[in-house]
Order: sequence, then C-alpha cells, then structure tokens
Amino acid sequence: MIEIVKKPYSYTFKNYASKNEKILCLSGDLTSSCEVDEFRDEFPNQFVSMGMAEQNMMSFAGGLSMSGYIPFIHTFGVFTYRRPYDQLLASIAYPRRKIRIMGFLPGITTPAGMTHQAIEDISVMRTIPNMTVIETGDATEVESICEQANSVDGPVYCRILRGSVPRLFDTPLKIGDIRVLNSGTDLLLITSGICTEEALRARSVLIDAGISILHLHVHTFKPFNEEKILDLLTNVKLGVITMENHLVNGGLGTLIAEIISKHGLSKKLMKLGLNDTFAHGGSKQYLTKYYGFDAYTLIKSIEKFIGQPLNIEEKDLEKARIENVHSLSKAEAL
Amino acid sequence: MQNKLKSEEIALRIRRRVFEHCIKNNGAYLSQACSSAEQLAWLYNEALNIGDSIMPSIPENFSGVPSINNKQYKTGAGYNGPVSNEFDRFIFAPAHYALVAYATLIEVGRMDPAGLLMFNKDGSSVEIIGAEHSPGMEMHNGTLGIGLSTAAGIAYGRKLNKEKGETCVFMSDGELQEGQIWEALQVSVYYKLDNLWAIVDVNEQQVDGAMSDVLDIGDVRKKINAFGAKCIEIDGHDIDAMRQAKKEPHKDQPLIILARTCPYKGMDYLKQRFPRLHYVRFKSEEERNKMNIEISKELGIEPIEY
Repeated sequence: MIEIVKKPYSYTFKNYASKNEKILCLSGDLTSSCEVDEFRDEFPNQFVSMGMAEQNMMSFAGGLSMSGYIPFIHTFGVFTYRRPYDQLLASIAYPRRKIRIMGFLPGITTPAGMTHQAIEDISVMRTIPNMTVIETGDATEVESICEQANSVDGPVYCRILRGSVPRLFDTPLKIGDIRVLNSGTDLLLITSGICTEEALRARSVLIDAGISILHLHVHTFKPFNEEKILDLLTNVKLGVITMENHLVNGGLGTLIAEIISKHGLSKKLMKLGLNDTFAHGGSKQYLTKYYGFDAYTLIKSIEKFIGQPLNIEEKDLEKARIENVHSLSKAEAL
Repeated sequence: MQNKLKSEEIALRIRRRVFEHCIKNNGAYLSQACSSAEQLAWLYNEALNIGDSIMPSIPENFSGVPSINNKQYKTGAGYNGPVSNEFDRFIFAPAHYALVAYATLIEVGRMDPAGLLMFNKDGSSVEIIGAEHSPGMEMHNGTLGIGLSTAAGIAYGRKLNKEKGETCVFMSDGELQEGQIWEALQVSVYYKLDNLWAIVDVNEQQVDGAMSDVLDIGDVRKKINAFGAKCIEIDGHDIDAMRQAKKEPHKDQPLIILARTCPYKGMDYLKQRFPRLHYVRFKSEEERNKMNIEISKELGIEPIEY
C-alpha cells in the first residue's frame, strides 16, 4: 500500500534551514499551521514572527533580503498574493529578491472555504515576471522543496502539502522537469498537485478498460518545460485531459492550451478543475467530487472525451490500489 | 559626509533648481521642493553617514528591468554610496519627490547637473517617478507605503548582522493613510528597531488637495507615540530643530521625526494655487511668466530663460 508520510514539510524545513544561518523563517501568525513550530522552538534566532500583517511581511522580507538574508515566508497561499499583491510585485518580484514563498492550503485542501482556498494562485503567480512557480504533489516532492526553491536565483512561489501526505514518487522534485508516470498512445493525461494521486486511483482501472494513457505529473509551472510536453503531445492520438486543484482558467489546463495553440497542434483538450467558480468549505473528497476533479469524474470525463462507455463503476475504484510510483526511467532501466 | 556648503544654502539651491526645471518644462512636482528642501539638504549634508557616490555622475541610460538575463542591472542606490557595515542605508519613500531628490544629489555633488536634462526623457533612468534604477533610489516606492516596511526589514537584518550603520527613511505624510505604514510601525516597535529612523515631510498635502479635506488623519504624533515609537514633531524648515530631534535618545524604539512644513515655503507666490499643489502645471503662458518673475524674485535669482 501507499506510504503516508506525516508532516514532511516540518522536518524538511528544519533540516534544511538549520544548516544555513542566512535563512530566516517568517510566519504570518500561522506557525503550527505551516508546520514550522518545531523549527521556531528549536531555532528561535532564525524565526521572525510577523503577525497578521501580510503587506508588511512582504516588504519586510524584501528588506531582509537587502541586508543579506534569505526569507522563507510561511502562510496560507491565498494570503501571499490576494491582500499583499502590490507588495508582492514591488518588494519581491520586480527586484528578483531571493525570497521563498511557501503557500499552504493549495486549492480546495481546506474546509475553511473561499477566504482560505488558493484557487487562482498559479494563474496569478505564473503571470508575474521573474517568479518561479512550483507545486508539490507528494511527500517526496515536499521533501525536496526547500533545497530546490533555494537553488533559484530569484523569487519562488511553492504550493506546499501539509499533514499526512502520500508518497507517490521515489525521485526528488527537480525544477523544470516533468514526470512521466505511464506511457501510452491514446490519451495524454496531465495532472498536478493532489490531482495526481486522484488520477492514479483511476488509471489502472482505465488501463484495464483498454485505454492507453500517457500520464504526466507537472510540478513546475514556471519555468515550464515546453519542449518535453510538445514532444509527448505530438504523439498521442485522441487528445489531452488536464486535471488540477485550481481554476481551469490560468493554471495547468491553460498552460497546455497555450502550447497547443502556439504550435498549431490539432489536439482536443479537456480541462478538469474548478470551472470558473469559487468553492466552499468541505472535505477534500467531497469538494473534488462536487466540483468535478476526483477520480470518478475523470473516468466519466474520459468516456465523454472518447465518445464511448467504459463500463466502470465507482465501486471499481475502491478496489484500485495505489502503489508507489517509480519514475518511468527507472522502470525502463530494470 | 560634511559638504562645504551649509545645509541652509543647499536647501535654497534645491528650491532654485527645481523651480528652474519647473519653469523650463512647464510643470513639476514643485511644492515638494518647497516642503522638503531643508530635510533633504540636512539628510545628505549632515545626518546620513554615507560614503561617496559609486555611480557615474551623469546617470547611465535605462538598461532594462531586473530579469534572469539582465546581468547589467543596477539600482540607483550607489549614488548614496556603497553598502557597508558602518554606513547608513537610505530609503527614499515618496517616489514622486524624485525631481527634488535629483536636485539634492546635484547640490551635494553626487550627480552632474547634466543628469537633470535626462529627466523624464524616453530611455532615461532619471524617471519622473523614482524607479529602482533612478539616481538615489533603491526600490520602487511609486506605490506609497512600502518604504517603511522595507527599511524595517533592512534594519532587522542589520541588527542580526550586528552592523553599526542605521537605516533611514524619508517619507511623506500622505502615505500615512496607507495601512501598511502602521503594520510597519507595529513590527518595528515589537522588534525594538532603534537602528531605524524616519523623517516625514508633513506638508498636509495629497493629490486631491489638503489632507484635511481629503481624509484627515488627525493627531499623527499621538498615534505614532501610541504605537510605541519615539515620535518628535518639529518645524520642518528649521535645520537646528532637525539636529536636535536626531539626538533624542530612542533606545529600543524606532525614531520618527515629523517635520511640519509649508508646501509653498520659499515660494509664497505659489500660495494662490493652494490647495491644488500636488503637481504644478501652468494654466497659461501668462501664469507661467508671472510665476517666473515673482518666484525668481523670492529665490533671489533672475527670471529663468525658457
């Protein structure tokens, strides 16, 4: 069975930041919510409590960077761009400060509703010049996020998973890469964040039903590996389905649409995710189903996409097990 | 760094230079020179402990915004000297005072007068609203309110580094309407940033007119003191008062000097435009000519040829 890792960000940040005294941990009154409370207690000299004042936090971080420090900002993703958007641009993005913005509660991964759900963060962040945009999709990616984010010469926004996080991958996240999780020829399925786990629940059932799926996992939205996607896009027969824990406008689906149109490819694209709607508070299982980006909706969408019934029922999914996903290159090398 | 000229003389020269520019270009942020000339003269001539400019005296043209591919990128901070442990860092917050800042740099010998010919010209770094790459600037303060937070961040970092130098912000009172200023004060007080200080040009003006008519913010000194900072109010045209204010002990507290000023100080003839003083553009050739004659007289110069 799939391994569930407890609070991977907590030990990852602690191990990484404690080795570099120039790193400062900033928190906007969400220290335990962002799993940096142990770090605060063990390394108080590297912790800066910023309170509930995000506008100041962004510009203050800019100032810290101007005096030689590397701020890692911790708060919920929404609070890093909605209220302090102006400060994000003027104090962080424009001057390319080496500031690492750790945005928790991506998309609908919180029952706290609209005010807490970052559903347009990727859309916003990827249009900001100089910004690097990453999303973690499993424990292994969370474990590599601090080192990878800090390797960037400029500001970085990261969507972080917290709490109990499944381990899907056995190789670290590498900025600019795209993971090939399964090869196939009929359909290109591209997923990101928590949607990859959902897609994995559906995938084996789909393959059993005779659909050949090329499955990709995207963690780096910017800089995006256009070349690799283009190569893979060209060879699928039926088209592309994207599934993201985000608005379908501006995020992963849009990114793929941009590439399809830029290169004049004739590929059908179906985008699953929040379809021009806000969400409300609820569990991840309930919300992904309600808004149409859970495993079963994926199957029903594929039926529509290819125009033929697959005769898969929801209970078939319960039997589908998710194994750790080994990188394809490793599997091929065996 | 002590200049040969007295700060009072530099202030007069700043007013003259900004006025000359205003007449020649049919408009400028003129009242800002009236209100802030003494503060900027005093800062650059006496108060700030900064090194010589490390930038070319005639500014280089705009060389692109920061990007991964722009290795040439530089801010205009080098006009305020190099960054070092012992020197002060200076943040110029009200970016629309840029013309006054450039005039000051010229009068204290950090920029060539020819630099001002590039003002607001396409492709120039001497921009009308000070950008990061404009002389004397280190960040985009065109969005008012981010200066104090940034300086607080710098001051916090410098405390950690155990640096000797202070961090100073020149501000304007209009930006006190922004909530971020008060967030910055909270944090600076909480972290006892006594290596941080600011001087605020309290000219009681904003774009729409007098602050009392647009959005009166009441007793600012009382508010800042209530926030826990050390706040001193002075006559912003009295350089001796500035000297005294800077000497006020403020252990474990940031120091905020409120410099109460007049937006037509030294150019009384401007008063007739009150309260529309944010940007002075002449309504007619007649007005321009009249102002030229009257204000030149006040400044002790011949009318400007244009």
